[in-house]
Amino acid sequence: MSDLAPDTILSVRDLRTWFKSRRVIAKAVDGVTFDLKRGQTLAVVGESGSGKSVTSLSIMGLLSPPGGIESGEVLFRDSKGVVHDLARASAREFRRLRGKEIAMIFQEPMTSLNPLYTVGDQIGEMIALHERMSHAEARRRALEMLRHVEIPDAANRLDDYPHQMSGGMRQRVMIAMALACNPSLLIADEPTTALDVTIQSQILDLLRRLQDQFGMSILFITHNLGVVAEIAQDVVVMYSGRVVEHAPVVPLFRKQKHPYTQGLLACTPNAARDLSASGERKALYSIPGSVPPITALPPGCAFAPRCRYAIDACSSIPPQLEAVGDHHLSRCLRSAEL
Amino acid sequence: MLRAALNRLIGMLTVMAIVVTIVFVIVRVTPGDPAAVMLGPDATAADVEALRQRLGLDGTILQQFVSYVGGILRGDLGQSIFLGQPVTTALWLRAEPTFFLTIFSLAIATTVALPIGIASAYWRGSWFDQATTTLAMFAASVPSFWLGLVFIQTFAVGLGWFPTSGYGGPYSSLGERLFHLALPATTLGIVSSALIMRFTRASMLDVLNDDYVRTARSKGMSEWRVVIRHALKNALIPILTVLGLTAALLISGAIVTETVFALPGIGNLIVSAVLRRDYPVIQGALLIVAGLYVLVNFLIDMLYLLVDPRVRY
Ligand SMILES: Nc1ncnc2c1ncn2[C@@H]1O[C@H](COP(=O)(O)OP(=O)(O)OP(=O)(O)O)[C@@H](O)[C@H]1O
Ligand SMILES: [Mg+2]
Repeated sequence: MSDLAPDTILSVRDLRTWFKSRRVIAKAVDGVTFDLKRGQTLAVVGESGSGKSVTSLSIMGLLSPPGGIESGEVLFRDSKGVVHDLARASAREFRRLRGKEIAMIFQEPMTSLNPLYTVGDQIGEMIALHERMSHAEARRRALEMLRHVEIPDAANRLDDYPHQMSGGMRQRVMIAMALACNPSLLIADEPTTALDVTIQSQILDLLRRLQDQFGMSILFITHNLGVVAEIAQDVVVMYSGRVVEHAPVVPLFRKQKHPYTQGLLACTPNAARDLSASGERKALYSIPGSVPPITALPPGCAFAPRCRYAIDACSSIPPQLEAVGDHHLSRCLRSAEL
Repeated sequence: MLRAALNRLIGMLTVMAIVVTIVFVIVRVTPGDPAAVMLGPDATAADVEALRQRLGLDGTILQQFVSYVGGILRGDLGQSIFLGQPVTTALWLRAEPTFFLTIFSLAIATTVALPIGIASAYWRGSWFDQATTTLAMFAASVPSFWLGLVFIQTFAVGLGWFPTSGYGGPYSSLGERLFHLALPATTLGIVSSALIMRFTRASMLDVLNDDYVRTARSKGMSEWRVVIRHALKNALIPILTVLGLTAALLISGAIVTETVFALPGIGNLIVSAVLRRDYPVIQGALLIVAGLYVLVNFLIDMLYLLVDPRVRY
């Protein structure tokens, strides 16, 4: 457990998170490995159902039955330098770490705040849970956080209830709450997916600025590769609960070694590229087929049925995650040729 | 908030006005002349006429209505035919046991049902959940008179811990009188706890999967705090409705329970008034019961306003 490099804040190692029911085992996360360096942002990308949220919930210890961590390690270094294995942490350990050391922003801004308490109360509660502060001080800190996330007229919004706010405002409140105790790790699970595009880029800007200001590391989960380029240093691409490609952002955007990543990038709308000079629209690419159900994965490569480079071997031999360049990993039999 | 309360108050008064009218009409559309029915076939015409006057059944319908409503506004519900006292006095003398019986039953039902409902939702599928589900089914299906008789047999006659029936003598202290309510209130409380328990469980199950409960956990608080402060408060909103319903059912449950335990309460008064066709008492009791029902609903509405910031009338 002590073999965690000093500059690494989070190390997920061969994590397996399964949902077991009487008849089937859904391997939502099946052998995921990645490291996140202090002060950096790691993006986890993949289509719906690839296991991104389950990965983040596993890290936070927020899985509920029948879901559970089957095996693997989730090493986390707190701000005092103590390393915890979150895959085995006790409820008491989690109580101290959640909110204070690791905070999370959820995918659903509309429903993630409690409708019965004001946003000021909910941010204040986070502060009161972890800091020795009077009620008035906690309230002042909550107000300061609302200003940090650029909520206009913050002093008057403090006593608003969530239903009085728009989705974008609620997500800002979630961010304010997550950052209220200055956590060293922020897990942002598709923080902008439910919001419209202009709000999306505002929130991304905001996260970047807050990261500079507070110096936290971010695990950024998204299904949009376009967003990744703006915020992350490293990228993990997931498919059917497994990592299929893992690389720093620049090499990845220059050369994708896995056909799935190529397909994802081709699907990413890009107004400038898609609209040619003559004003004609090019057809938007989409990966043929759909994600196989995780309870019925093909024996070989999970992506093979949808892959245009697939050869016979792909449907029988499960590919391994292998180095294909400097810090560049890919899980494909034909990586070398691509 | 104040405006919403005022709105509800106006609604409540409207309902009461309708109830008053209905009670007035019911007596008048009952087939046959109530006075003649009450006095029997041997009565003289003069007797019947005298009783008609006492019942406020003389004059035109409009005159009758005006004097009836005027009486209610002055707090005059008429004279009981058989008790020789004003209806208000008759009701007031019997209000105490019914009042405390209802309050205690509701208190027992809630203190038993809420924690059990919460726990069985939290540990759904556990042996505790299964055991309490079975118990709730039993409590819901057992008739209150039967349970009352079993309690009397066991704890009053058999073990001698509690009085078998009644409400103490004329000189009993309040404590002694309330002691007589132990078995009836437990009976009524258990019977009405089933509904609250099932509803609490369902409502908590719903809420425990909500996103904000996960958010609460992600903040690093105790499970206790997650469940009580974040989940239960949200679950309470539908539970309040059931509490209101239960309170209304308790009023009818009180009639049975008071009869089984021979408690001199309003339920008992209603039963004897019906058996003797004491129209003024029946009318008065109807008004009081309806009034209580409306009042309980008003209180529940006020609680909604306090708990849920989204509710605006
Ligand atoms: N409670 C659960 N019970 C059973 N299976 C589950 C449960 N939660 C998630 N899964 C399965 O785990 C897989 C991964 O789900 P996950 O929510 O992590 O996807 P995701 O990558 O976050 O997708 P999205 O982009 O839609 O958020 C899915 O196949 C899903 O069906
Ligand atoms: Mg997700």
